[in-house]
Amino acid sequence: MSLAHRIIPCLDTDGARVVKGVNFVGLRDAGDPVALAARYNAEGADELVVLDIAASRDRRPTFLETIRRVAAELAIPLTAGGGIRTLEDARAVVRAGADKITVNTAAVERPELISELSMEFGAQAVVLAIDAKRTGNRWDVMVRGGRDSASREASVWAKQGVALGAGEILLTSVDRDGTQSGFDIPLTAAIAKSVSVPVIASGGAKLPEHFADIFAQGAADAALAASIFHDNVQPIRALKSYLGERGIEVRLPC
Amino acid sequence: MKVTLVDHGAGNVASVERALRRLGAESLRANSPACIAEADALLLPGVGHFAALIRVLDDLRLRAPLLEAISHGVQFLGICLGLQALYECSEEAPDLAGLRVLPGNVRALPPSVKLPHMGWNQVQMKRKSHLLEGIDANAYFYFAHSYAAIDAGEATVATCTHGVEFTAVLEEKNIHAVQFHPEKSGAAGARVLQNFLRLAA
Repeated sequence: MSLAHRIIPCLDTDGARVVKGVNFVGLRDAGDPVALAARYNAEGADELVVLDIAASRDRRPTFLETIRRVAAELAIPLTAGGGIRTLEDARAVVRAGADKITVNTAAVERPELISELSMEFGAQAVVLAIDAKRTGNRWDVMVRGGRDSASREASVWAKQGVALGAGEILLTSVDRDGTQSGFDIPLTAAIAKSVSVPVIASGGAKLPEHFADIFAQGAADAALAASIFHDNVQPIRALKSYLGERGIEVRLPC
Repeated sequence: MKVTLVDHGAGNVASVERALRRLGAESLRANSPACIAEADALLLPGVGHFAALIRVLDDLRLRAPLLEAISHGVQFLGICLGLQALYECSEEAPDLAGLRVLPGNVRALPPSVKLPHMGWNQVQMKRKSHLLEGIDANAYFYFAHSYAAIDAGEATVATCTHGVEFTAVLEEKNIHAVQFHPEKSGAAGARVLQNFLRLAA
């Protein structure tokens, strides 16, 4: 009896619709966020993440409405993010129904944002998203959708983020993202070892083995994926059965 | 019967409201002493910092009517911080007095495990429980906390273990509380809320 490893589908949205594309290029429509949320809730997803990848000011009300409609479908936790730069932005997202807030570039630019959010909502509600890219024998933190280097080492930033009040790290491998060649095990293991909070691995998932490996070898507490769930390439129920049969603790849906 | 949700500004009030609505239950939010005093059944949700909850309860002068209602036998359900608030105090804010409905203190989970204790975990039944009635013994519930009632006394009906064993569910007369979030715990969580509604009906 112990804490289950979590399987987390992620909805990348343009505010209103779920979109799909590598590095924000060639975005295509991948469905209605509300319908997908209802499906994942029923299929045994452990949490849901909804991101506004456009994060433009004028689409903000649309995104908040999406959060409200998605939250109404869920009996599992909801994390929302994309474009949260201030405490006020975060309040709007929480009021709309998110249980946790995720921050990325804005936290790199102004680390105190993490503390402000943690003071107001508690560490358990603050997810620091880190996009990491291998450079030589270290991992660099990338910002602005993985395009620019923040010139700092991922494990150093992760530790700093936790010290400032982040309660969880959402770690995306920029190298693996979109490749469907498996999660980045060395990166995830390195970050999981360096922080005291749970780590969600993201980027590169396709096969059930990828999930088994990131839990067993990468020491991830949770694993996130998007299109393989949206397209039903990997149904959540079947994935969890696979993991359960291999002795990996998961919450099997009834 | 309506469930009165103590609205102290916590993030999960709306989630609890939605979960109750899905079960067909009526609820209303209350943040005034008069509304608490009139409640048929009380639900104290909570998430975040112990100090934030206690300060708001005192600022809104809700402490006395809450204690009054509890002592008069009004059915009460505390969620997460709403469980922790029932004790004498918490290591998270040692200077503040809890509601002192139950003896004992809330303490930090040990640093030997990942904190917050975040995610789905199972509970161990210690004795017959009203809240857990009809729920599979292997069911998972969603937890998100770093502090817990570790040496809780008689009221504990189920425990959970994360580094240390702590109270997951407590029941004492009309007082019920859970450390996990039933409003976020899928079908098992919905059943916990439904069981409370039945007790309160």
